[in-house]
Amino acid sequence: MAIKLEHISYVYEADTELSVKALDDVSLEIPDGQFIGLIGHTGSGKSTLVQHLNGLLKATDGKLYYNGENIYDKDFDMKKLRSQVGLVFQYPEHQLFEIDVFSDVCFGPKNLGLPKEEVEARAKKALRQAGIEEKYEKQSPFELSGGQKRRVAIAGVLAMQPKVLILDEPTAGLDPKGRDEILGQISQLRKETGMTIILVSHSMEDVAEYVDRIIVMNKGKVKFDDVPKKVFSHVNELEEIGLAAPQMTYLMHYLKKEGFDVDEEAGTVEEAKVSILKALGKDREAQKGQGGRAC
Amino acid sequence: MLRDITLGQYYQTDSVIHRLDPRVKLVATLAYIISLFVAGNVPGYILAGLFLAWVIHMSKVPFRFMVKGMKAIVFLLCLTVVFNLFLTPGTPVVSIWKISITEEGIAIAVMMAVRLCFLIIGASIMTLTTTPNNLTDGLEKLLNPLKKVRVPVHEVSMMMSIALRFIPILMEETDKIMKAQIARGADFESGNLIQRAKNMVPLLVPLFIAAFRRANDLAMAMEARCYRGGDGRTKMKPLIYKKRDRIAYLVLIVYMILMIVVGRILMV
Repeated sequence: MAIKLEHISYVYEADTELSVKALDDVSLEIPDGQFIGLIGHTGSGKSTLVQHLNGLLKATDGKLYYNGENIYDKDFDMKKLRSQVGLVFQYPEHQLFEIDVFSDVCFGPKNLGLPKEEVEARAKKALRQAGIEEKYEKQSPFELSGGQKRRVAIAGVLAMQPKVLILDEPTAGLDPKGRDEILGQISQLRKETGMTIILVSHSMEDVAEYVDRIIVMNKGKVKFDDVPKKVFSHVNELEEIGLAAPQMTYLMHYLKKEGFDVDEEAGTVEEAKVSILKALGKDREAQKGQGGRAC
Repeated sequence: MLRDITLGQYYQTDSVIHRLDPRVKLVATLAYIISLFVAGNVPGYILAGLFLAWVIHMSKVPFRFMVKGMKAIVFLLCLTVVFNLFLTPGTPVVSIWKISITEEGIAIAVMMAVRLCFLIIGASIMTLTTTPNNLTDGLEKLLNPLKKVRVPVHEVSMMMSIALRFIPILMEETDKIMKAQIARGADFESGNLIQRAKNMVPLLVPLFIAAFRRANDLAMAMEARCYRGGDGRTKMKPLIYKKRDRIAYLVLIVYMILMIVVGRILMV
């Protein structure tokens, strides 16, 4: 069930000198309820890929099934697909247009043709989920800070109550605090609703803590598709395609080389801490010590 | 959809035409357009066509790129042909009811269609072989004498080059916002005219905001680099006529004389 891609290829500016193959024979299966990190270098095709998932781009070649239905069938209801697969674009705050925050968030559910009460209830819920307080609802979206604007824009998509939420670089251009807040909120959302979430990013660091599965894209192809630990173990290959493993992985590799018996696959600060302390024979203190962020 | 507009597109390659001074190309395009109106007979058009074909060949730009630009004027072309075909008085060839197609009508319709095609292709060669920056540089230098009569030549050409530069950026932005709103269930394709106009609001508001933001950033960036208008501004690559430009002017003069001779004097 859920989303299934079969040999999807996509070519920009087909039949001209400028043609670029953005996706090259991509086959994937995205089951319900998974938290996926989609990682790739700029121009690796990750943004193109996610635009296929809700039918904004039509594959030049290949088939895409949503809950078993071929979305390229003539009688397939695209509008329904778009309401169930919510896509938050890069810099989503640039799409805000209404006079106040609340009306902007209402735009999505209103387009679904829902009754007014339902629209407003959904908008309210979405705003809370995105962490926007009630006092901001009547403000113009253009008066808010960058991080708040972005959360309003995310709420605009959440209000459609999608089954699958795709976020294209939701943390681009935010400061560390804003980044942690957004990622924390997404993780929280996942726990509460159990929806499928696809997080597009070029930074392993961002996704390492949260996701169940990492898909690495390179030059329009799927390079790795595995649990985070397994993906991080390919440090050299990741570097070859312009990516990097989380800093902790590097530290662990170095320690291992120096003769410490640590877990090389640790990707987050927490895992690394446990592993290092264990190696030093201070297992107990691992529980006592505070889980502060390194660096 | 929006990406199909190719008017003013630059085709990157290396050819004699590409390397010509933009002033030559501007003058030549203007001269060519005038020559099309000077010629009033078949030999004149054949000469104009041959000249055009030769320049296209020299420019190394694939012919289909020029045809692409024609798409924009298909409607205008059809309209011209239809009007000339049916509304020219003269010897009738075919008559249906009150409308008749005349010999003169056919001749004028064909002439007009050919003239329009040549005109668009001729103008598109200029934009296909010259970068927008070069083009405005050339225009600025050509219009320089007008500065004496207080025409703000530099400012006008700067505005023009910025406007040209912003076309692809704003098009990309439109595409992006459109997709984002479609993802939120917006519908830009159905409904009646008023409904459609209303549906454009979620697209136009963010687009205007983006345009202002970009304009503001650009102004700031220009000021940060001490831009203060054209006075005393020097160029890294000043436009200087070279040998090939002189040859091009010579070729142009020969062509114009030939056109006048063939198109006017031989018309007996």
